[in-house]
Amino acid sequence: MTAYQLPVFIPFTYLAFAVLIPLVGLWKRKLSHPMAVTGSGLAAGLSLYGFAAYVNTGPIHHTFGGWQPPIGIEFVYDGLSAFFLLVINMVAFLVLLHSKPVAAREFRGKRMPFYSVTMLLMLGFNGIVSTGDLFNLYVFLEISSLSSYGLIAIGNRHAPFAAFRYLVLGTIGGSMYLLGLGFLYISTGTLNIIDMAAMLPHFAGKPPVLTGLILMTVGIGIKAALFPMHGWLPDAYTFASSTSSALIAPTGTKVGAYILIRVLLYLFGIESMDAVFKVSSVLGMLAGAGILYGSIMAIAQSELKRMLAYSSVSQIGYIIMGLSLANPAGFVGAVLHVLNHAAMKACLFLVAANLRFREGHSNIRLFNDTYRKKYPWTMACFTVAAVSMVGLPPMAGFFSKWYLVLGTIANANWVLLAVILMSSLLNAVYFFRVLEKVYMKNPDKESPAGEEAVVMNREVKPLMLAPVVILATGIIVIGIMNMSVVSYILKMFPG
Amino acid sequence: MRTQYDSLIVLLGARFLSPYIMMFGLYVIFHGHHSPGGGFQGGTLLAASVLLVRVAGGRLVARRQIKEFITTPLAAVGVVIYFATGMTALVAGGSFLDYGHLPFPGINPVLLRYYGILSIEIGVGLAVMSILIMIFDNMAKGEDFV
Amino acid sequence: MCDFFLGHYSYWLTMFLLCIGLYGVLMKKNLVKKTIGLTILQSSIILFYVSIAAKWDATVPISDPSRPVTDASNYLNPLPHTLMLTAIVVGVATLGVAFALLMAIFNRYQSLDEQEILDMIE
Repeated sequence: MTAYQLPVFIPFTYLAFAVLIPLVGLWKRKLSHPMAVTGSGLAAGLSLYGFAAYVNTGPIHHTFGGWQPPIGIEFVYDGLSAFFLLVINMVAFLVLLHSKPVAAREFRGKRMPFYSVTMLLMLGFNGIVSTGDLFNLYVFLEISSLSSYGLIAIGNRHAPFAAFRYLVLGTIGGSMYLLGLGFLYISTGTLNIIDMAAMLPHFAGKPPVLTGLILMTVGIGIKAALFPMHGWLPDAYTFASSTSSALIAPTGTKVGAYILIRVLLYLFGIESMDAVFKVSSVLGMLAGAGILYGSIMAIAQSELKRMLAYSSVSQIGYIIMGLSLANPAGFVGAVLHVLNHAAMKACLFLVAANLRFREGHSNIRLFNDTYRKKYPWTMACFTVAAVSMVGLPPMAGFFSKWYLVLGTIANANWVLLAVILMSSLLNAVYFFRVLEKVYMKNPDKESPAGEEAVVMNREVKPLMLAPVVILATGIIVIGIMNMSVVSYILKMFPG
Repeated sequence: MRTQYDSLIVLLGARFLSPYIMMFGLYVIFHGHHSPGGGFQGGTLLAASVLLVRVAGGRLVARRQIKEFITTPLAAVGVVIYFATGMTALVAGGSFLDYGHLPFPGINPVLLRYYGILSIEIGVGLAVMSILIMIFDNMAKGEDFV
Repeated sequence: MCDFFLGHYSYWLTMFLLCIGLYGVLMKKNLVKKTIGLTILQSSIILFYVSIAAKWDATVPISDPSRPVTDASNYLNPLPHTLMLTAIVVGVATLGVAFALLMAIFNRYQSLDEQEILDMIE
């Protein structure tokens, strides 16, 4: 397998397993989970190999059918794609590894379709990140969206209605993206990203291009859960099954943010984007509002998964605010936060899955301090991830917020600086509330874990514990080694 | 779906028309390069021919035409045909879906590209037909009177 | 003023259809009517793309010996038509998923009215 073939092998490994799982699973149902883990492990290994190859050589352009761009479709494997592919494939591998006991308990009869649709979802995400053609991006966007509607509908009683709401909003978003693409196609006559980026500065202020920009931003903003268009997210992530939320939450909105980075920073560029009115400052305001809204609503929740869902709304606000600042420090903060948030959110949702598996619920009001004896490792990983979300050094979350603060100072944008600092305080409120319930003994009440009672260690099986520990260790490692990651990201900044 | 008032004329009409629609669907798939048509359209016509008998006669009659459990593997086989053509071209030295590099000896290169496009259209038609039948079967489960 | 409406009549009709679809999704209470509105919205975008492919005095893009292929203004633009084939299939797949979800919703709540379902969830 040569380096030229690599951008095709990474997404289409998932396609191969997505069609193999129904064929084999109808014969032997037990093989679905090992095949899914093999598929995602193969793709994660290939993206690691490709990342190393990219750092040594350079971008790879794979043209389909031998037709050269701009006539043909191509897959572009450059720095941003390599980074995103590595992040989402690693997270998917760890979540699918964790999923076996959860699947046996929560949706026993539907395991074979579940794993097949999971492979299609990852095919969609990998395709979005790899492609260099805007209509091909729409096709993969719809593949991933339809698979996520199906995955979210497998859950508790209220899951199909949440999935239907997500379907309506998501389809409107995709259609708005397609309409915006139509306007851009009218103006420039091409669909290739690199080709269109060369032509757009000539047409920057014209009405069709402005219409296309706004429609595309709104359409992708629905997928990425930008502030006023995030309404589908809390219900969808709460009512889905534990594996579905742990798979979609760290990756889905990040891929939406990737599309926004490609369209706004690589395709349009900073000057073309602000040609008629300052789109970047509007995006920054919306992202800031989303950060505050998500944090405040998360404080009001009593169920752990719902709190994490609102926290996701807040974190995607950080990423979009970072890209709207359009200077190197903000860009570094945004892309570093993609990596950090994927690891932290996957760890947190897997901890919620572990607690649900053992206790049957994840209601914060019912947490008590027997948890620190019953689930020592799980709660330790929760602490690491929570401290990182708040943004304390040396965990990874501190460094991405540090670069975002540097970005806002470079633009002299004091409002957004205040938003970041205040939201860190709000994050501390809702995360430390859980930690206080679990770790601190309340001196007034009689504690269930009294001196005489022996509380057994009911920690989850190693298969479920290992991904959580790997992710928590990863958070600490990324925090310590952040300088090398930052220097890699700085090279990706366009222009 | 069969209701309690069954009509022999409707069932006979559907059974008479279904093979002709299927033949026209195959024509549309194979002539996609020369007239309007191709994989998607032909697959939909093939599905229409099967669904006509399902709507007119109910599950017991339609089971003789295409059984219900076979649509899922058939859809996967359709995607495998598409994917295998593309990957064969990739592994044999060219790019993905580069039909000029398909390893069949002794065929004119122009004709090789023509056969490559034909094979992926067949895969797409098969997949579209089985998936549309699968959607109908899932929705009509339990609605039959028979 | 006349040119503003009559000169761009295809765009006006397409956007009118889009607004009808959006009205259906937002204002109707029944979930099936929302799905129909979604389909109308997707159809309007398909019409938009197909309408921009037309040219004056052009014929369908199948090679005709009497019109030389070297001049592009003899044949209309086939690219938006092929893009819309894919978009139509995406619309059909979305409709399939929507119907499966509607059947699951009906089996659990015995109703397809949005307000009743929201009351049952609270």
